[in-house]
Amino acid sequence: MLGEGIIKGMAETARNFLGSYHDAARLTTVEFPEDKIPAKESARNFPFLVHDGEDAMQGLRCVACQICEKECPPKCIFIIKDTNKKPDYVGKLQFQPKVFDIDVSVCMSCQICVEVCPFDAIKMDTDFELGGSDRFGGLLLNKRRLAKPNSYYHTIHPTEAAEVDGRLAAEKAKVEAKAKADAEAKAKAAAAAAAAKAAAQTTPPVVASTPAAVVTPAK
Amino acid sequence: MSESELLSAPAPTAMNYEIRPKPAGTSDAEVGGELLEVAMGPHHPSTHGVFRMDVVLDGEQVVKLKPVFGYLHRNHEKIAENTTYLASMPYTDRLDYLCSMTNNWAYALSVERLTGLIPPERAEYIRVITAELTRLVNHTCLIGFLLQDMGALGTPLMYAFRQRELILDLFESLSGSRMMCNYMRFGGCRADLPAGWLEQAAQVVGGYGQFLDEFQALISENEILVARSQGVGVLPAELAINSSITGPMLRASGVNFDLRKADRYGIYDRFPFRVPLGDHGDVYDRYMIRLLEMRESVKILEQALREIPAGPIIDPKAKIRGFRPKAGEAYGRIECPKGELGFYLISDGSPNPYRYRVRPPSLINLTVLEDMCLGQTVADAVIILGSVDIVLGEVDR
Amino acid sequence: METLEQIQARLTAEFPAARLERVANESAAGQPSLVVDHAHGQAIARWLRDDPALRLDYCSNVTGVDWLPLETSTKTRVKKVVDGVEKEVEETVKSVRPGYLEAVYHLYSMSLRHGPVILRLRTADRAVGAPVPSLTPVWRGAEFQEREIYDLFGIVFEGHPDLRRLLMWEGYQDHPMRKDYAEPDDYEYEPTPHDEVLEKAGKHAAAEVRP
Repeated sequence: MLGEGIIKGMAETARNFLGSYHDAARLTTVEFPEDKIPAKESARNFPFLVHDGEDAMQGLRCVACQICEKECPPKCIFIIKDTNKKPDYVGKLQFQPKVFDIDVSVCMSCQICVEVCPFDAIKMDTDFELGGSDRFGGLLLNKRRLAKPNSYYHTIHPTEAAEVDGRLAAEKAKVEAKAKADAEAKAKAAAAAAAAKAAAQTTPPVVASTPAAVVTPAK
Repeated sequence: MSESELLSAPAPTAMNYEIRPKPAGTSDAEVGGELLEVAMGPHHPSTHGVFRMDVVLDGEQVVKLKPVFGYLHRNHEKIAENTTYLASMPYTDRLDYLCSMTNNWAYALSVERLTGLIPPERAEYIRVITAELTRLVNHTCLIGFLLQDMGALGTPLMYAFRQRELILDLFESLSGSRMMCNYMRFGGCRADLPAGWLEQAAQVVGGYGQFLDEFQALISENEILVARSQGVGVLPAELAINSSITGPMLRASGVNFDLRKADRYGIYDRFPFRVPLGDHGDVYDRYMIRLLEMRESVKILEQALREIPAGPIIDPKAKIRGFRPKAGEAYGRIECPKGELGFYLISDGSPNPYRYRVRPPSLINLTVLEDMCLGQTVADAVIILGSVDIVLGEVDR
Repeated sequence: METLEQIQARLTAEFPAARLERVANESAAGQPSLVVDHAHGQAIARWLRDDPALRLDYCSNVTGVDWLPLETSTKTRVKKVVDGVEKEVEETVKSVRPGYLEAVYHLYSMSLRHGPVILRLRTADRAVGAPVPSLTPVWRGAEFQEREIYDLFGIVFEGHPDLRRLLMWEGYQDHPMRKDYAEPDDYEYEPTPHDEVLEKAGKHAAAEVRP
């Protein structure tokens, strides 16, 4: 019968229309911005810099190695190294960025900077509501605007952040253990040296008659 | 009509428009006999992006059609030659922005051919799963767009998008982004599946059959659709082969050629699936082929989700930093939803490719656009273009 | 499928006058290719398409490559008479391979499901407008791709039915995929933190102000 196909289609439309009143699978829209779908754990939008501790600038993990700047596909990262060094999480002196800018109007959210970073310093944010009135300056994020605490990283990517923290802690422990071992070895060596020195002091001078004899410690 | 005449003529209103004097030397008969040249696009809702067709019309009939490209040209190949191998990966997402996973795979496969990296078993399964999900996304979108072009405004497209959203959610929880996934890496994948992903995917795939049933009930037997699309834009098989047409368009013309069967790249030899073929090569066949292909994809997905093994997801020899393939060249290709997507790479041993070439199925499938449209009406040209399935990000690169 | 050596041998038997050269490929893919001369390009292509054992009916990919002149130096030890005494001296011989443009064709067979056979057509030099024969009359699939090569590399395909620019606009002069292409400095830029972009834009602005 001519028109049968159309009627069948209409029935389908009616089923969807009525279904949208009681079936969540048929009504999938959310009233943004009142309602929001929670961000997925692996969601990514633009990068941010992770810092440890309270002071954002002191706690930045970034060591200004500029790998991300080189690897960034659209070249939206801009770094100038500072000449002053600051200690990193294990206490080793490292460079820090004097300027660290990301132009998010150019950034394509590809996450390659995160992948290539050997220091877990740059991570992806999930914040997408970046509207502003300044098209150029407002979207050029400097290191103060980019810096976010590790606790924030934990709230947006808990699994990944825990893994990173575990890795960093293990590294730190390793470094500390090494430092401890080094210190022990040093202490031992120092003790040995001191013992040798003491031994040298106790031995009487060869020429006892010289009053101003300088005692040289044994080498 | 001269300028002074135009100025002195009374302003056209609803009242006097009819009685305005006709320009000297024209008559209705002459206007009817002229060929009309129309530039359809670049900003035309039916061209699926910024694409232009210069059409010459005799009345309603198309007598000549020349596609004009380049409005979205950003020289992707040159960008890739000036950047590292890895940094090109997110750019491939933006070629055919509906199918970033298959674009990633094609590029990763070519680099693997170039370097000899071998993805582990689990990565191969993940690739098949994501590629077939991408095929579902692409075909679902396409049939929505195609029906939109035919005048089924809104409803089918919205149903299609509702279903597509479920897969995009899967992509987001896997790769972090809904469309620009940037997920695959040379020798494997970037991240392992998050907890519960497989169950969620199985649920989406399980519900897809019902969606396809509903969609077919909605429109496949619709008399208007049948009348609009059957016998329109016929593409003969010989012409299709000679013009390097690939993908569903080729198979709708009855040529049994699917790279998943012909090349058996990845692990496609483990999946028994059929290749649907058309026998008329018209718009309706191209529409039906995509519906049938989705059913086959669902079968592949069900098997892959069942069989996926545990294990590493990337070749241990793969390097993120300091990746330099040794000199040589390779051409790798896969069956992406639109056809054969190939990447041709020449390495000179440096971190950047010496030559990087994308073989875009969307562009090459347009070779026969004129042949299909000749003698058809303008309205048919719109749906013929819709049935080719182009994405301008890939056509212009 | 036959190896490229076998195909070359059969081609030499079929076209004794043709100059064929095999190009090895060091990569893991191991896809060697065959350089074909201009005079026999189309005939060889047609033969490859119609030969019953090969049936390369599907021209998958056509692309251009710009090869810059390559300077290679090889060190050789030569015996020389220096100050009347014969000595062994190390000598570096510099040779320059002239640059050329190249069109590469990846051919497959849809009916027999094998491939690829890779053909290369080389121009004599890197001049804009250097010709090679078009293979579009053999495989129509090459039509847009050859147009693209013409557009982006400047190779002229002789015998192409409709050789126009594909992606760049009519009247555009340059060929952007060539290795010596200098990008224009007058593109629309946005203030970026990258100094070189600003510098370039500044230079352009300074040049424009001057009469």
